[in-house]
Amino acid sequence: MNSVWTIFKRELSSYFSQPIAYAIIVVFIITSLGLTFSFGNFFEFGDASLRYSFFYWHPWILMFLAPALGMRMWSEELREGTVELLGTYPISMWSIIAGKYLAAIVVWTIAILLTFPIWITVNWLGEPDNIAIISGYLGSILVCCTFIAITMLVSAFTRDQVVCLIVSFLVCTGTVLIGFDDVTRVAQQVASPDVADAMTSIGVLSHHGSLHGGAVRIQDLVWFASIILASLLGTSAILSAKRA
Amino acid sequence: MIEVDNLTKKFGSKTAVDHLSFSVRKGEVLGFLGPNGAGKSTTMRMVTGFLPPTHGDARICGISVVDKPAEAKRRIGYLPESAPLYNEMTVTGFLRFAADVRGLSGNTKNDAVERAIETCFLQSVAYQSIDTLSKGYRHRTCLAQSLLHDPEVLILDEPTDGLDPNQKHEVRQLIRRLGQEKAILFSTHILEEVEAACSRAVIVDRGRIVVDGTPAELLEKSGTGSLTDLFRQVTTLDTAEDTTEDAA
Ligand SMILES: Nc1ncnc2c1ncn2[C@@H]1O[C@H](COP(=O)(O)OP(=O)(O)OP(=O)(O)O)[C@@H](O)[C@H]1O
Ligand SMILES: [Mg+2]
Repeated sequence: MNSVWTIFKRELSSYFSQPIAYAIIVVFIITSLGLTFSFGNFFEFGDASLRYSFFYWHPWILMFLAPALGMRMWSEELREGTVELLGTYPISMWSIIAGKYLAAIVVWTIAILLTFPIWITVNWLGEPDNIAIISGYLGSILVCCTFIAITMLVSAFTRDQVVCLIVSFLVCTGTVLIGFDDVTRVAQQVASPDVADAMTSIGVLSHHGSLHGGAVRIQDLVWFASIILASLLGTSAILSAKRA
Repeated sequence: MIEVDNLTKKFGSKTAVDHLSFSVRKGEVLGFLGPNGAGKSTTMRMVTGFLPPTHGDARICGISVVDKPAEAKRRIGYLPESAPLYNEMTVTGFLRFAADVRGLSGNTKNDAVERAIETCFLQSVAYQSIDTLSKGYRHRTCLAQSLLHDPEVLILDEPTDGLDPNQKHEVRQLIRRLGQEKAILFSTHILEEVEAACSRAVIVDRGRIVVDGTPAELLEKSGTGSLTDLFRQVTTLDTAEDTTEDAA
């Protein structure tokens, strides 16, 4: 537990001692609020629960930005050789993975929660369903946790951060698009409705959708948890396989 | 304190380390010589628990690296060949992190960091960011990291690489001094270091030990009184070449 904390502290201060964390936070806030007030038609719909104007966009933004923050996680350690230091310290691989993962999650949680002015705004303009907003925030954070876990897995494969960025962006985009209405509609015509349903339930949008609709369902939480767990287990397996 | 027993490492069909056995007792400094690609770094990576051996085992103070890695790693200080560091940290910040990882805290930690900075002559750069350090200072920062927890066993991969003549001298003296109550294994390409710092030396070639003895014995074996001559006699020029018998 102590070693998780040690790794976590180092990672977090490394994010904030470089421009990366600030850049990600600023870009996220600008794009998420920007989309809300432009394509989100926030004022026209009077969407006080923020469901379609604000939370709807998060997976689409995060599929770009989460890999940008996460690409350094293992790629940099592999390239700089610092993985050799970590590998000879008396701490388990799991505590390193956990510490790194938690640090990235904390940066992202800060970024997502810093959009709180919009929450204040809707409360000031009308009477929104605040429980739904909380569940919307939970949904966005879970999407982010998932994308970061995927990026971490990809970064364990390569010492090249750019390759990691591109591959994890493609994978994250895949999980978004596979459940996107336009894509599943095509699948329904080409294949069968069952295939389309399966695609919807694999994709991130349906699980995120129910959360930003205000419903915290067990099956969604299980979906997020299993992808995260599988990615972290995969990371550990890849890192040990690399050394053998 | 270091007992290496039939250690073998294969990368695919290539045998980097081939049934290597040796031991280093407390109070002994073993010089690890050999041409490029002989398997020195690979051996050290296995002894420190970074690479899992294909066969064999290494015991640190009687503890198997394969069976109880965490226990064994606690007793080792390791300087990897490339002296890897976290570039965005300061020297002190990095050493404090390394001390944390070693489980040091409070005053023990502060004292350990201070002592390591002094030992490796890092006072002038203590608060400098690592990415602005010169090569020699980087190397010394990484060396400092290996000394923090006052380990019983030190494994140093080319500790004098990239250092200026003064620092080379200091580091040799340091190895000699520390070697009195620790077991030290260090690799080098500078043959004079054998006489300057080692109590014993082995020459490895293609993953096998070809010569083992005290510096005096080695000089005697060479016939000419020159370690370079001995080195050239017993080692092959191109170790990267894949020997067919190993692949079979
Ligand atoms: N991860 C790896 N995959 C494949 N081959 C490897 C790997 N690591 C080392 N080797 C090979 O193992 C052999 C031994 O390498 P090693 O780094 O141990 O040599 P060395 O004795 O330290 O050489 P040098 O004096 O140049 O540092 C080399 O032929 C090298 O190419
Ligand atoms: Mg080497």
